[in-house]
Amino acid sequence: MSRRLGKQTVALAGGPGVLGWASVAGRKEHDGPYGDKFDRVIADEMDGQDSFEAAERHMLESAVRLCLLKTGKKTEDVQLFLSGDLLNQIISAGFAARALGIPFYGLYGACSTMSESLSLGGMLADGGFADLIVCATCSHFCTAERQYRAPLELGNQRTPTQQWTVTGAGAVLLGAGAAAARAKAALTHATCGRVLDLGVTDANNMGAAMAPAAADTLAAHFHDTDRSFEDYDLVVTGDLGRHGRDLLIELLKEKGVFVREEKLFDCGCEIFSARQDTHAGGSGCGCSASMLCAHLLPEVCAGHLQRILFMATGALLSPTSSMQGESIPGVAHAVAIEHRQGEENA
Amino acid sequence: MQDAKNRKEAQRYAELVARLAPKSEMGQGMARAFLVGGLICVLGQMLTDFFSMRMRFGAQSAATATSICLIFLSALLTGLGLYDRIGKFAGAGSIVPITGFANSVVAPAMEFRREGLVMGVGAKMFSLAGPVLVYGIGSSIIVGLIAFALEVIG
Amino acid sequence: MIAMLWMYVKAFAVGGLICMIGEALLLKTQLTSARILVGYVTAGVILGALGLYKPLIDFAGAGATVPLTGFGYMLAHGAIEGLENEGLLGAFTGGVRAGAGGIAAAVFFGYLAALIFKPKMKG
Repeated sequence: MSRRLGKQTVALAGGPGVLGWASVAGRKEHDGPYGDKFDRVIADEMDGQDSFEAAERHMLESAVRLCLLKTGKKTEDVQLFLSGDLLNQIISAGFAARALGIPFYGLYGACSTMSESLSLGGMLADGGFADLIVCATCSHFCTAERQYRAPLELGNQRTPTQQWTVTGAGAVLLGAGAAAARAKAALTHATCGRVLDLGVTDANNMGAAMAPAAADTLAAHFHDTDRSFEDYDLVVTGDLGRHGRDLLIELLKEKGVFVREEKLFDCGCEIFSARQDTHAGGSGCGCSASMLCAHLLPEVCAGHLQRILFMATGALLSPTSSMQGESIPGVAHAVAIEHRQGEENA
Repeated sequence: MQDAKNRKEAQRYAELVARLAPKSEMGQGMARAFLVGGLICVLGQMLTDFFSMRMRFGAQSAATATSICLIFLSALLTGLGLYDRIGKFAGAGSIVPITGFANSVVAPAMEFRREGLVMGVGAKMFSLAGPVLVYGIGSSIIVGLIAFALEVIG
Repeated sequence: MIAMLWMYVKAFAVGGLICMIGEALLLKTQLTSARILVGYVTAGVILGALGLYKPLIDFAGAGATVPLTGFGYMLAHGAIEGLENEGLLGAFTGGVRAGAGGIAAAVFFGYLAALIFKPKMKG
């Protein structure tokens, strides 16, 4: 039996279960509208470490440990750790894997990493290659600023389309087989995105760079699964921001997709409130990851949301490609997550 | 053929992006830059007056002493984490004055302290302001050479 | 006293105006602040060499010397002065000599700040 649906989607027939999750966030995220929902809030941007980079990987590591603690599992029980981040050579993920000791596949999908890791984790679990898999990612405002933009103390202005890199991390424990039966949420489909580039070169306008990929993946998912906005309680995008979300709606309309705007939930638009002066909203791997683990998964498991499509978006640029004047390729991966009754005694 | 199609699509998208993009408040930004930039220059004038009248410095020395004082002040405010807040308000008003040049030297020096004193502070200090010296000094030498050539010809 | 106050008004107006042009460039183009600074210093060198910047300094004082165009003027003026006093060698050394105070101060205070202070999260 082929598990492929159409060109880009796979059906996860066994329904790998979401067994647990944990989120970590910074102070500014704590001050946002979803601030009370994060499992752990770091005291300051250093999180007790001696560099911003060390603080970032410490957040990732603690999100994974918290996730396992909440589900009563040990690191030795977990067979795979799928993770990536924004820093050069994904040092946050690699260094966290060193500390955790779980067999590790490093991923790079920029800010799409959360749905990329869930897609791959879902397929590995459904294929019977692992029973317990942790998918996780993180980002940190200060490390992203110094790698991609400017030193923190430089007195420059942010542009209106610019987004604020979220300081945060999220970790999800996926399970297959007997363990999955107890889960209150399951992955049912994964749609792998194409890398699209419509020539945006402004590194301060990531939303515009990623919106075409988001529209493409969403249209492909609807086409492959024969679904529409009507089949989902929420269609979640990662970090398009306000400008990128507007562009996504326009692009979907051009593709002939009927858009239910009230169901389009962008983590970047939601994580901060307007008074927090983040301009177009939040961004970064940690944006969608922390919102997924703090707000969306609990809602799905509680049954408040029956079915969501989680689609994190990534801008595949580097400081080198930017300086050489290259345009910014974008990518988006989608996973469908459904509420399950969950057998208490399974 | 494919290229032409892509170019056309990119152009169409660029127009959509421009149409939906949030606009900067031009008037407010320029007023703030004018105000803060002007005030920094007034401070500079006060220092210049002090050095030329009280200390009896010549015009050039007074200007240099003023620069040094402003650069010190900018380094202090940058270190205390205040200059980036001024910059957020003033934009070019605190970038264009010599204090902005100093800020662009101090900020990376502080930022890359963790990477060590030599390849961190030492090397990164001029990662932003280096080009100013390259083009400023480079073009001044060209000016000197052209003046020399004119002297020879004339 | 009135002459002094008038000087402050002129410094404020001219300095403010020069900064305002920079802000317009920042908002209207994708130029980064580093590129704006390079543009200003080079413009100062060229205007200085053409003899167009000196009248502005005579008029507005620090309003013209404090913006980075003034630093550019100082470099160009130094190179020309060096040429007059020392010949070709002066054309090379004059610019840096004139700008030495500012450059040395930036290096020194920048290094000190890096030793003393730590960068903080933006508010």
